[in-house]
Amino acid sequence: MKFTSVFDIIGPVMIGPSSSHTAGAARIGRAARDLFGRQPKWAKIYLYGSFAETYRGHGTDVAIVGGLLDYDTHDERIKTAFEDAEKAGLSFEFIPEEAHKEHPNTTRIVMGDDEGEMSVEGISIGGGKIEISEVNGFKLRLTGGMPAILVVHDDRAGCIANVANCLAMHDVNIGHMEVSRIERGLTALMVIEVDQNIEDRVLQQISYIPHITKVSKINN
Amino acid sequence: MDVLFQNVRELVERAEQEGKLISEIMIEQEIGITGRSREEIMKQMDRNLTVMEEAVERGLNGVHSVTGLTGGDAVLLQKYIASGKSLAGDLLLDAVSKAVATNEVNAAMGTICATPTAGSAGVVPGTLFAIQHKLNPTREQMINFLFTSGAFGFVVANNASISGAAGGCQAEVGSAAGMAAAAIVEMAGGTPQQCAEGFAITLKNMLGLVCDPVAGLVEVPCVKRNAMGAANAIVAADMALAGITSRIPCDEVIGAMYRIGESMNPDLKETARGGLAATPTGKALAAKIFGGAVVQGQ
Repeated sequence: MKFTSVFDIIGPVMIGPSSSHTAGAARIGRAARDLFGRQPKWAKIYLYGSFAETYRGHGTDVAIVGGLLDYDTHDERIKTAFEDAEKAGLSFEFIPEEAHKEHPNTTRIVMGDDEGEMSVEGISIGGGKIEISEVNGFKLRLTGGMPAILVVHDDRAGCIANVANCLAMHDVNIGHMEVSRIERGLTALMVIEVDQNIEDRVLQQISYIPHITKVSKINN
Repeated sequence: MDVLFQNVRELVERAEQEGKLISEIMIEQEIGITGRSREEIMKQMDRNLTVMEEAVERGLNGVHSVTGLTGGDAVLLQKYIASGKSLAGDLLLDAVSKAVATNEVNAAMGTICATPTAGSAGVVPGTLFAIQHKLNPTREQMINFLFTSGAFGFVVANNASISGAAGGCQAEVGSAAGMAAAAIVEMAGGTPQQCAEGFAITLKNMLGLVCDPVAGLVEVPCVKRNAMGAANAIVAADMALAGITSRIPCDEVIGAMYRIGESMNPDLKETARGGLAATPTGKALAAKIFGGAVVQGQ
């Protein structure tokens, strides 16, 4: 079930004109910023399908940039996101792609600063609802409907148990968990959906666990 | 997770067996799934209702989009109603004008509440604030109108689509109109089954509707499609309340909508490459708005 709440249907409260192309786009941008952990200094925003064809008319561009600036769907500042980005030291570029993705409203945001880079792919599935479908080349399915932690780690025995233990110590309940890896013995990714927003100190503790290379989160 | 219904049949059966309104089943499911309190859920829907009221009010005062393609039609309709010359009837045109008002605000990048999407945000509030004057509902009944709409939208979103890019305008304004029809039937005292009939009759008449926004903007023809979605919803609700049923069950109509959306050419699914967007005037408008840099459609 992709849509779980009545407020996915009657909602969100948002700045027009399009729930999928404006509100959904803002949410993908904001989720990307959350995952990156801070405001990036630059972003290359690849657009696919209907996003690529109609992004200017729908304000998809200002919405994604607004999301990268941490604006919510109903934030009136979305309209001035381009000017705001310049002031905030965020440069950006839009690249409409001809390639077809599985879903018509797909964007891939490659962003970074002096300390690192990250690639996040998101899809806008209708009514402002989104899914994050890829992070740094890892396929996943994250709805953004629940807070979640993403842990990139070496593919070693005990990593998953250590992270689960750390969460248990902080009384954090795991609602759903997925693990995947690109190649056996190399890098792996844990996607952990949890019941409440996670404090930064918990993430920091996870990052101290051996073989953990990166920890990020999406708040609800 | 406590899912009480996955399709309209289950929704109606549960409501009729328990002697409850559709809106009540939706509220109970929301409590079960999210673990939030009834009070919290009612409060959030109350806030959404307020956003809808403010958007209609703003639109009825007259707004215009940045491109100038849309705006001011809600005002024209209200003046026409006031002249007493309306052929369709005041209630129907009032609903149409309020649906238009909401979408004019949306096109002007104003604040709206998506129902189920922004492009189709006019239909549900448009009909609600028009029949309000006829049925004099309480605030709680008005909030329930949104839960009933939401219950049907929930089924469509999970079994078909509410996205124009995925299913065409039938998935957006079509779904919105069906949702509104079902909610009108409930508010007017119809049975849960009659709500489903109202939804089915409405959506059947929206099947095949393509999403072909001129210049990719949510303006032409979106605003007027909301107008007709509102009219469709009220007429279908009256038909259902009169005892007329749909020969094709509601869930099968939703299934048909999904398959039609799947087989629709991508040019007709919010890419601005086909339909009205690809007419000579549609293309000329796109060129004018974007300075000739992008001429969409062939």
